Amino acid sequence: MSMTKLIVKNAFRHTLRVLLTIVGISVAVVAFGMLRTVVTAWNSGVAASSPNRLIVRQAVSFIFPLPYAYKEKIAGIPGVSTVSWLNWFGGTYIDKDQFFARQGCDPETLLSLYPEYKLTSTEISAFKTDRSACIVGIETAKRYGLKIGDIMNMEGDIYPGSWQFTVKGIYTPRSKTDDATQMFFHWEYLNERMKQDDPTRADQVGYYVVKINDPSRSAEISLKIDQLFKNSAAETKTETEGQFQQGFVSSSGAIIGAINIMSYLIIGIILLVLCNTMIMTSRERTREYAVLKSLGFTGGHLFAFIAGEALTISMLGAGIGIALLIPIVQGFESFLPRGWFPVFIIETSTYILAGSSALIVGVIAAIIPLYRALTMKIVDGLRFTG
Amino acid sequence: MSALISISHLTKTYKREKQEITVLKDLSIDIEQGDFVALMGPSGSGKTTLLNIIAGIDRPTQGEVMIAGTNIGVLTETELAKWRSRHIGFIFQFYNLIPVLTAFENVELPLMLTPLSKSERRRQVELALSVVGLADRMDHYPRQLSGGQEQRVAIARAIASDPDIFVADEPTGDLDRVSAEEILTLLERLNKEFGKTIVMVTHDPSAANRARIIHHLEKGDLIPQGQS
Ligand SMILES: Nc1ncnc2c1ncn2[C@@H]1O[C@H](COP(=O)(O)OP(=O)(O)OP(=O)(O)O)[C@@H](O)[C@H]1O
Ligand SMILES: [Mg+2]
Repeated sequence: MSMTKLIVKNAFRHTLRVLLTIVGISVAVVAFGMLRTVVTAWNSGVAASSPNRLIVRQAVSFIFPLPYAYKEKIAGIPGVSTVSWLNWFGGTYIDKDQFFARQGCDPETLLSLYPEYKLTSTEISAFKTDRSACIVGIETAKRYGLKIGDIMNMEGDIYPGSWQFTVKGIYTPRSKTDDATQMFFHWEYLNERMKQDDPTRADQVGYYVVKINDPSRSAEISLKIDQLFKNSAAETKTETEGQFQQGFVSSSGAIIGAINIMSYLIIGIILLVLCNTMIMTSRERTREYAVLKSLGFTGGHLFAFIAGEALTISMLGAGIGIALLIPIVQGFESFLPRGWFPVFIIETSTYILAGSSALIVGVIAAIIPLYRALTMKIVDGLRFTG
Repeated sequence: MSALISISHLTKTYKREKQEITVLKDLSIDIEQGDFVALMGPSGSGKTTLLNIIAGIDRPTQGEVMIAGTNIGVLTETELAKWRSRHIGFIFQFYNLIPVLTAFENVELPLMLTPLSKSERRRQVELALSVVGLADRMDHYPRQLSGGQEQRVAIARAIASDPDIFVADEPTGDLDRVSAEEILTLLERLNKEFGKTIVMVTHDPSAANRARIIHHLEKGDLIPQGQS
């Protein structure tokens, strides 16, 4: 018989109790992982952002457009290598529940700003040459069964009327954290239509995306851009893409903060559940610990028995929890309105956090029983009747 | 040659709340190598306390306890634990087997503290179980055994590490007559065949009669021999 065998036999002495404890820990680990994944999804925009990209938006609010004429002026600033622009379209595709980002873009510069979206060269040239062309991310293409050549019909809201876009390319993301749900079409297509339907809204863009060569100069260049348009009708606010995304996230920061706190509270619950089990267990075994000590087992052995048992339970719980988390996150993602979270993955850090928390919790849960077993006098332990 | 166990002027007091109670009072006793000693006396007279001190699981308040040349009163906890595992075999009234371990594993338990190899351990466990006549019950769990059988497993556990001294606190206290006889016969054999020194606490005069020497305790001291 080995120590390990003894520990495992001990751990499963009260089968129902230990199974309930393990299930409790697993459920808590799943909850922890889910919450962390939601936080990750929320923050993914920031994580995926490029330090090379500056976002220039209207100073008052993101919802106000900027004049198209700014393009040349921004391009003239030293340190700026490419100026591109995007325009939020909104609209309804199929029905109101189908959500993914749809934006007008400048096909000539888009991909140099967003190299993380991969297209073949045939797709790129097809996209550029057809004014009503669009490209979609692979996720969105899969979801609606879109193929190259398909027409996407949209009902405009910000830009009223019916719109048709022809799919000319399906992009794949460079990495898992890149958004593979977006749809881009020609801003020019939108602008032409505005010139006819509502000339006051023509020649305006949603926001500029500016590529800079040296990320360390982002603050200085941002300032220069904003100074350029100071006291104009449309003042600008320029930030790195990371800051820009952060701004989005922090507006929901309180919720994210709460979710984060909850995820750590869950670890506290795991700790309490396991401590409770371990304290009950070791109390019942007071007399056995006394017998073991009388046989010559010392503090080190008791540590191995008690901590080993706590760790067996916590690690089994964490293992099962993590094994369940993966399919549950996938299931949850398919259940969520699509496109809510373009990136919904379990981060490696979530696994590491869950695993190391279980480890630490196991050790902490062993402290009280261990302390009691060590300080107990053998003669008192032998008299113990429960 | 001096006695195997030599206790002189032993006093043991327990503090309970603010009150001090003296359980053993200036007690001296010698137990020779190979003796089979029974300790008798009324409840609360200090029998268990004396036995625990001899076994090195309780400490004297005053006086000296020399066992096989070691003054066990001065050993540290760790040294004492090691000393116990070499010299003392415990037999308790309520057997105190580990319920999740088989008879074999229970007997093997003290051997986990020795450097014996797996096969040597197996041999030793099988030997101990055959001495107590339970070789065929190795894979039984304590709950599958009768009280007498459990106590025999407990004796096998005490035998396994081959100690010189066996301490037994009312080993038959929880058993029927027949099982009790079996256990006493076993202890007799350990004493006669294997030359083990045995100190046994008992309330049962017929059990005490199986021992070679009977000591009576009263109010924390021995009643002089022949006076009882
Ligand atoms: N750990 C302890 N703390 C306080 N008092 C104790 C402790 N152990 C024993 N005593 C007291 O010491 C006295 C003697 O106890 P002990 O167990 O040695 O008696 P005993 O002769 O074995 O009695 P019994 O025949 O009932 O087993 C009792 O009054 C008991 O309450
Ligand atoms: Mg007693």
